[in-house]
Amino acid sequence: MIQGIYNITILELKQSLRSIWFWAYCLLFGGFVAVMFALGITESQIIGFVGLGRLMVTFMQVSMVILPIYVLISTVRSVVGDRETNVMEYMLSLPISFSSYFWGKFTGRFIEIFIPVFLALLGATIWGTISDIDVPWDLFSLYSSLLAAMVFCFLGIGMFISAISHSQNFAISAAFIIWLFLVAFLDLILIGVMLKLRMNPELVIGVGMINPLQVFRVAVLALFDPKLTAIGPVAYYILDTVSRSVFIAFSIIYPVLLGFLFAFFGNRNFNRRDVT
Amino acid sequence: MTDTMIDSKSLIIANGLSKSFKKVKVINDLSISFNTGERISLSGPNGAGKTTLIRCILGQYIYNGKLEVLGLNPRSQHKEAMQQIGFIPQIPPPLKMTVKEMLDFFTKLSGTPKDTFMKISDDLGLEVKKHLSKSFLKLSGGMKQKLLVAFALGRNPKILLMDEPAANLDPEAREVFFNYLENFNKNSLMILASHRISEISTLVNRVVEMDLGEIILDKKL
Repeated sequence: MIQGIYNITILELKQSLRSIWFWAYCLLFGGFVAVMFALGITESQIIGFVGLGRLMVTFMQVSMVILPIYVLISTVRSVVGDRETNVMEYMLSLPISFSSYFWGKFTGRFIEIFIPVFLALLGATIWGTISDIDVPWDLFSLYSSLLAAMVFCFLGIGMFISAISHSQNFAISAAFIIWLFLVAFLDLILIGVMLKLRMNPELVIGVGMINPLQVFRVAVLALFDPKLTAIGPVAYYILDTVSRSVFIAFSIIYPVLLGFLFAFFGNRNFNRRDVT
Repeated sequence: MTDTMIDSKSLIIANGLSKSFKKVKVINDLSISFNTGERISLSGPNGAGKTTLIRCILGQYIYNGKLEVLGLNPRSQHKEAMQQIGFIPQIPPPLKMTVKEMLDFFTKLSGTPKDTFMKISDDLGLEVKKHLSKSFLKLSGGMKQKLLVAFALGRNPKILLMDEPAANLDPEAREVFFNYLENFNKNSLMILASHRISEISTLVNRVVEMDLGEIILDKKL
């Protein structure tokens, strides 16, 4: 099975390297870091943070906006798209197991989405080192882990939607609705309303803790905002309830588990239904 | 002694096989076996169930009843069963990989040397070396089909499944293709789904005709 996953992963990666969207995506993140350096964002200050830490936080905020919807929209078409275009009919007439096909696609997509973002972040630290700016390596490693966890999570959700969908249109609509739903449950919007309506704080915290977008946002801000001035009401409750280190560990483990769970059920569905 | 007599083992056995799509039965309680050495013409009008049967054999559909391919369940033992099956689809898939990448991929999957695939392609009139860097998607319909034929035949499978395989081929390539099929491993099983019976009549030794998901004719020639 490992060999099968490897073969499909390589195939997926080669296809991506030919896609104009992949290069546009790389350019977006790479260009973003370059522009921030050029605009002197490392020299500006926000809530006591300057230098590369400031750049990284901005980078993570941008990632939180772009990555989930990008991962969802680009992933949901992968399985159902192959099904609709007869690619799957042919590929699965070859000695490749269903699971190898599914997980190979998953692995390939994880690499092609995570690596450019990671390289942009790494590029920023290398640039910082060369420019004699202090590199916050602890922040770098934590942010890299958070990014990997978030990509893994939304990839799992995307692969699940793709496996259960009957058409690409349905898959894209479902992805968009899920993304809107998660955005709506960020503390700035719906959770703020929930608090205003004096709902049970445990319920509000619970809703916040199961929303991977909210978990990511709180973790990013918790790492750089020691005074909790910019994180929003739910984030404040969460960090008041659990310790910062526990929450950071949770914010990495939970999205990975959630992504794996969705991918697992996606693969199970893929194995148990007509594939063409 | 015919090849069938040398080894009469059934390579495909269907027993009470049924397949429905949204309550519409496309294959209806079908029982049949296909044996080593047989060259079968699988014919029937559109909607007869030919492609559905082929996809069941390829393990791509969930079905009711029993279906064994080389003694394996094509669904739960998919990879093992597909090791021995070569398939030529009716419509070439829109694969974006280059011809070279396809050759590498098939060589890795099957262990068949690249030269074998290239030789068959060349014989069919497709000079692969000239097209290595081209995307499969950008080849003409005929070129794609020639490459798919080469990949299916080059693996020397025990079962060769073909769904209208010559539809996109020019007359010359078609002749070479049928010559290949005529000389193909006699210990294999070949199933050709085609509307053009006259074209393959000299090639086959058994005719199976389907209509509305049932076998209406099964005749050895």
